[in-house]
Amino acid sequence: MRKDSLLKLIVCVVAIVGIFLAFVQPLANSIRQGLDLQGGTHVVLEAEDTDIAQVNDDAMNRVVTIMEKRVNALGLTEPIIQREGERRVIIELPGVKDPDAAIKTIGKTAMLEFKDEEGNTVLTGTDLKDAQAATNQQNGQNVVNLEFTDEGAKKFADLTTKNVGRTIAILLDGEVLTAPNVREPILGGKAEISGQKSLDEAQNLAVVLRSGALPVKVNIIETRTVGPSLGQDSKDKSEFAFAVGIGAVLLFMLLFYRMSGFIADVALMAYTVMLLALLWALDATLTLPGVAGIILSIGMAVDANVLIFEHFKEEYQIQGKTLRLSMDAGFKRAFTTIFDSNITTIIAAGVLFFLGTGTIRGFAITLGLGTLLSMFTAITLTQFMLKLMIASKLFTSPGAYGASGFMLWKKEDLKRNA
Amino acid sequence: MPKFDISGHRKWWFLLSSIIIIAGIVCMVVRGFNFGIDFTGGTIIDLKFDQPVTIADVRTSLGKYGLDGSTIQLSGAQSDVTASEDVMIRTTDLEEDQRKEVMATLKDDVGNYTVLREEKVGATIGGELITNAVEALLISWALIIVYVAYRFEWKFGVAAVLALVHDILVVLGVFALTQRQIDSSFIAALLTIVGYSINDTIVIFDRIRENLKLHFRRGGDVDVLVNTSIYQTLTRSLYTVFTVMFTTLALYFFGGETTKDFAFALLVGFGSGCYSSIFIASPLWVTFRGWAEKKHAAKVAAK
Repeated sequence: MRKDSLLKLIVCVVAIVGIFLAFVQPLANSIRQGLDLQGGTHVVLEAEDTDIAQVNDDAMNRVVTIMEKRVNALGLTEPIIQREGERRVIIELPGVKDPDAAIKTIGKTAMLEFKDEEGNTVLTGTDLKDAQAATNQQNGQNVVNLEFTDEGAKKFADLTTKNVGRTIAILLDGEVLTAPNVREPILGGKAEISGQKSLDEAQNLAVVLRSGALPVKVNIIETRTVGPSLGQDSKDKSEFAFAVGIGAVLLFMLLFYRMSGFIADVALMAYTVMLLALLWALDATLTLPGVAGIILSIGMAVDANVLIFEHFKEEYQIQGKTLRLSMDAGFKRAFTTIFDSNITTIIAAGVLFFLGTGTIRGFAITLGLGTLLSMFTAITLTQFMLKLMIASKLFTSPGAYGASGFMLWKKEDLKRNA
Repeated sequence: MPKFDISGHRKWWFLLSSIIIIAGIVCMVVRGFNFGIDFTGGTIIDLKFDQPVTIADVRTSLGKYGLDGSTIQLSGAQSDVTASEDVMIRTTDLEEDQRKEVMATLKDDVGNYTVLREEKVGATIGGELITNAVEALLISWALIIVYVAYRFEWKFGVAAVLALVHDILVVLGVFALTQRQIDSSFIAALLTIVGYSINDTIVIFDRIRENLKLHFRRGGDVDVLVNTSIYQTLTRSLYTVFTVMFTTLALYFFGGETTKDFAFALLVGFGSGCYSSIFIASPLWVTFRGWAEKKHAAKVAAK
């Protein structure tokens, strides 16, 4: 029993520390990082005067709004979209693997037209209510399903009624996307653009159609790669600072709670690896606010352990229980506290995640996940290893577990207040 | 146990916090905030140096004019290079004279360059993000009150949320007073403080709840109960604030120029959060309980 526990404990500790040392660096490096931490692609768009539309302040502001919609719809986290001077817009995209595809989508004017055989434009992009990419179940083609507004539906019904047996053309930025033959009037306010090469292409088209046409023609005048907006120098320094901070926390736990602190430190390592692995698996993008969420969740992981050990100390010193019973009671009593305090934090993180945008979402996801995980590691992992250690009788003195540490109150206080 | 009566002196804590918060609000009204280029826009300067330079060189040179918090990015084919000829700087709008001086100093300190472009740029954070954040925060507070009311009682929930509003106001006040820059990471810092503050408060409330159940008789002294609970959890409160402070202090002192204000906001917030959990939240609960009892007594007397 005794040897068995010791063996299990050693296996646990060695495995966790080993996994931590081996995987923490590669994991941290493989998590996608945002513009502030890693940099990305810097694109400059310039608007051009045409016969149809002149560049003015209002048009440029609309370009920015539409760009925001498009970039967000592409699922890129926390981009920078910024007006530059009179007629330019800067777009910075976080480390995208294939910037060309993203830039191509963004740069489209996305002027949609429906023309009859005579070349009259009957409907435009403003008549659209929604556009969604899909794969046609019957022929396996990749298509974009269009839904018109009420007015658009009327126009489209009118167009298809008048042109039965003839072809109509759907054009994007003056190029024919598809020119179907009208077999019968379409009255339901829905249409389909076929002929997309891939589902990705169909999705990108749906994105630009949904976000609406740009009020003016824009050209991409520059694309290049840029370093982290936080500055590589600041990033390096912050990484060092982070390591120092975490080191201090680990040392603190060891000094104040001895062997219990050591176990908590090992659990904290497991927690860090699990959090990083989860962020990696979810393909999350890490930015500075996300790091803030991690700092706080580490604080909470430590807090959970402190709560457990303080209760343990109390049970041992005030109630006079044995080491093992004190430990059991410590975990039991700390549980409701950890549960209630962490649930309130998770509620806040959940609301911020579902209602927030950009920066706020990035923070909410690391805080929420971090808090959940920290609760799990403190309650299960720390408990499991500590029980093994006590059973192994490796250390029998309560002091070795931090049980005789400093307390602000004594048993007599309890009687006085009753 | 320490004899000092924290709960009994609550009027003094309320007064102290009121003074700090009112002074902060006055600062906010009179001085306003020093918003960064994320909010206000600024100037983008694109330089091509003759020789590859590092960001640290450029930042040190800009630091002579207090512009070391600027966004400085190297650009080129690869994003992970440590030195490059192409440097992109985003800074606040400068007066013509100062701009010339800065550019000349840069040439002296770092090396010769050609200016590829120099133009005004707009804000990157819209009002929408802020309204959105405020909405989300208010809803999360409402839900926290509901949860705490369900697990404890509503008086605890209201006291906890008031304590975290206190912390937000303190941080905003300090930033208005010191005129430190508020950028997009400030929003994240505020949210972090909210998360810490609520967590810290609930732990003490949990102890009050436990003591209320186990050791409190009707008509007993609520101040004693609250003081006992605070002292019983004080070691934990201090240890926890120390551990979060370690990381933040390290970030403040060893971290880069661009994360200094962020770390500062966290430091002030964690300090305030720890203080408010002990000196504001629990005493507020005592006050609310007193009001409820008075109301109840009045009702009984009326019958």
